[in-house]
Formats: sequence, structure tokens, C-alpha cells
Amino acid sequence: MKKDLLGISDLTRDEIYLVLDTAEAMREIAERPIKKVPTLRGKTVVNLFYEPSTRTRTSFEIAEKRLSADTLNIAVAASSVLKGETLVDTALNIEAMAPDMIVLRHASSGAGHLLARLCKSRIINAGDGMHEHPTQALLDAFTIREHKKRIEGLKVAIIGDLLHSRVLRSNALLLTTLGAEVWVSGPRTLMPPAVERFGVRASTSVDEAVADADVIMLLRIQHERMNGAFFPSVREYFNTFGMTTARMARAKPDAIIMHPGPMNRGVEIASEVADGPYSVILEQVANGVAVRMAVLYLLAGGEGD
Amino acid sequence: MDADRMARTLARIAHEISERNRGIEELALVGIRTRGVPIARRLAEAIKDINGVDVPTGALDITLYRDDLMRHAVGPQPLVRRTEIPFSIDDKRILLVDDVLYTGRTIRAALDALIDFGRPRVIQLIVMVDRGHRELPIKADYVGKNLPTSPSQSVQVHLAEVDGRDEVEITES
Repeated sequence: MKKDLLGISDLTRDEIYLVLDTAEAMREIAERPIKKVPTLRGKTVVNLFYEPSTRTRTSFEIAEKRLSADTLNIAVAASSVLKGETLVDTALNIEAMAPDMIVLRHASSGAGHLLARLCKSRIINAGDGMHEHPTQALLDAFTIREHKKRIEGLKVAIIGDLLHSRVLRSNALLLTTLGAEVWVSGPRTLMPPAVERFGVRASTSVDEAVADADVIMLLRIQHERMNGAFFPSVREYFNTFGMTTARMARAKPDAIIMHPGPMNRGVEIASEVADGPYSVILEQVANGVAVRMAVLYLLAGGEGD
Repeated sequence: MDADRMARTLARIAHEISERNRGIEELALVGIRTRGVPIARRLAEAIKDINGVDVPTGALDITLYRDDLMRHAVGPQPLVRRTEIPFSIDDKRILLVDDVLYTGRTIRAALDALIDFGRPRVIQLIVMVDRGHRELPIKADYVGKNLPTSPSQSVQVHLAEVDGRDEVEITES
């Protein structure tokens, strides 16, 4: 592993499998009477979150605590960032207190790379703008592998707000590296230009993307990143792209439904689908802790292969 | 030690276990990964042959409890594998199984790990080979063979399940 985990693009195929296999071992810890191992005793991990996040921050914090690391949460709403401090200054001040790792969530793409250059601490990207969200893609792959026993050769349909989605980028990179066939669908206005460069096949027809799919992954409509009218109305979006039981019928009978959360029910996903028997959305959350434990453990070692 | 000697040694240990532990029902075997696990399984079979009782058997990976984990400045982390103890160890008589007893550090880690699973009544230690050179105050309750070695030597227990053959080998390193 490299010093930092900034994106799936940092990982080789073998390293991806190493993370998934290690997460497999980590998952058992959650079933013990004492859900804690002494592995990261004496290590300090700072969770630096510049964007609101419940799932990812909580997931990282639980993972750190289960490995016995000392954790510190800095939520920007209550920090000196509001007093005008820049990311670089905040990072250098945190670095001066000698943490071992910094988990960073930031609205700007590449914020993790900036920190990685400045800091001796290992940086884990917990989502940077519209760029990458590597631990999300790893936990998605873990969940898919658990259900389908493989990733190679699967058809995965990713549907929703592709333009603003770091989850799409990380997942497309990871799934195609492991040999899955990835289809994406959504309104033209929410597709990044030349989306095929991620190694995916694009269609504005959900039905085409979903046909015979093994996995359907829905992405949230990110109203907060939209500074224009990308589609006429939420209702029209749901009618054209929302995942319903009728649309699901085109996928394989044993297809699973995934969503990185938070869900907009009645926008990208119908409630009946989100709560359906094929939905693995809450398993994704549970697996997230194990995958993040694996990443923390593997990064805490030396560099190299 | 060849395959035949190893089989007889395991049979002997199984008899010793049966003699020393009245109430076989409370026993459980926990093998330390990698090679403690097949040894534990073989002992479970041998105990069943003697007493007709199925002794529950688990596998313990001690990697996350190692005392040298964060001391290597360079090099990747050791591989973590699954711990599988599919029964409660509370009030059980736990037989901890490993292939070679050397410094005692693996056993220290295993004891810490086991305690996280509950509070057994007793923990006893079974090893195929005791090669001496302890660095911690740890002693085995059942020993397949005492092998006096020098620290420059390496002792390998090969098992059919893992290595394709049963043999104990001493090499100069």
C-alpha cells in the first residue's frame, strides 16, 4: 500500500483484494462480546470533516475505536475554519500535534492530495468534492462479492446523479479493474462529459442499463451541488429514472439493490424498492465499518508492497 | 519426526487430555492459525474415537494482537485471517493448540484474544513441538516433543492439510 489512500486509482487489483480479504477477517470482530482489538493502541486518528456526514464519519469513528486508536473529530461547523483559517493552515496545525492518520472529507476535489503533500500523517480520503470516495467503493465491492461470490463478469448498473458523484468515479474504477461490466444511466444533463472514459457504458435509457443486471446501484440526486436546473422536476425525474419494482423486473431475478445513502425516497428510489428483500442498503452500512478497519490497519503498516 | 510418529504423538495427547479432564463435555479446542487449526481438528477426531464425544473446535488468528505489529517501520502489514469460534467459551475448558512453542509471544497474544471472547474456566496449552528459548513466562500443558534447538535453527511442522505431508523438520538458517 502507498502512504495514503486518496482514491481507487492508488490501488492495484491485488491491493483491492487485500483490502476486501482483510475486511472479511475484520467483520467477525463486530460479532464478539468485546468488539475491540488492541491493534492501533497508541495511534491517533483525526477525522477532519468539512462537509456534513453522518454515515461515513460514524463508520470511520467506530472502525477506529474497534481497533483501539485514539480518535478526534473535527467538524468544521464548530472549528476555527469559520474564523477564516485555510485548509492548509488547519492541516499544518493538526500535523503539529503529530497524529498518525487524518481522515478527510472536503467539498473540493483534490483536497486529500494537497494534505498528503503537506503532512507526514497518512491521509485517508473520505470523499473529496466530485472526485473520489474510495472506502465507499471498497465497501460496495465487498457487499457485491458477498452476495455474488465474485465481481468479474457481473453487470452493474449505476443510475442517478453521475455528474456530481464521487461514488460513481470510485466505483467505476474499482469495478472495471476487477472485471465487471459497468453501465451508467441518468439524464444527459447529469452525465459527466465523455463518461465512457471511466470504462463504463452509458445510456439515457434506464431499462437498457438495468436489463439483465446483477447489481443496481442508485446514486442520490445531490441538490446541494446543483447550481442550475438539471431536470424539470423531482416528479419527472422519478418517473423517468426512479427505481421501481416494475423497472427492477428487467434485471436478473436475483439482482441486488444498493445505495450509498443518504436516500431520497421517491426521487431516485421508490420506498418499496429501498425496503424490498433484494435491498442490501443496510448491509452496505454494516460492511463499511469492516472495510474501514481493514484500510486503517493496512495503512498503519509500512509503505511498499 | 515422521508421519507415523506424529500420529502416535497426537493419539497420546488425546489420551492425556481425556485422563486429565473429567467432564469432556466442557472441553473445546481452539487452534492458532495456521497450523494449530488442523492439529486441533485431528485432536478432536482422536478424542471422539476415545470418548465418543464431539469436542467443538475453533480457529484463532492472533495477528491483530501481535506485540510487534507497529514496530516494523517498513514493510506491509501481516495478513489478517478470520477468527472462527462458533461457540461460547464462557466456563469452558479451552485447549489452545499450536504447532511450535518458541518465545511464547504468540501464546501471549492468543490468551489476550481469547479473553475478548469470554471467561473460560481453564485454558490449557497443547503444542506439537517445544523448542525452548522462552521470552515470556509461558509453559505448555501437553507437549508432543521437546526439541532442544539453538536460536539460529528453524523448526517447521509440516501438515498434510497445509503442506501435503506430515513431518517435523529442523533447518539451519
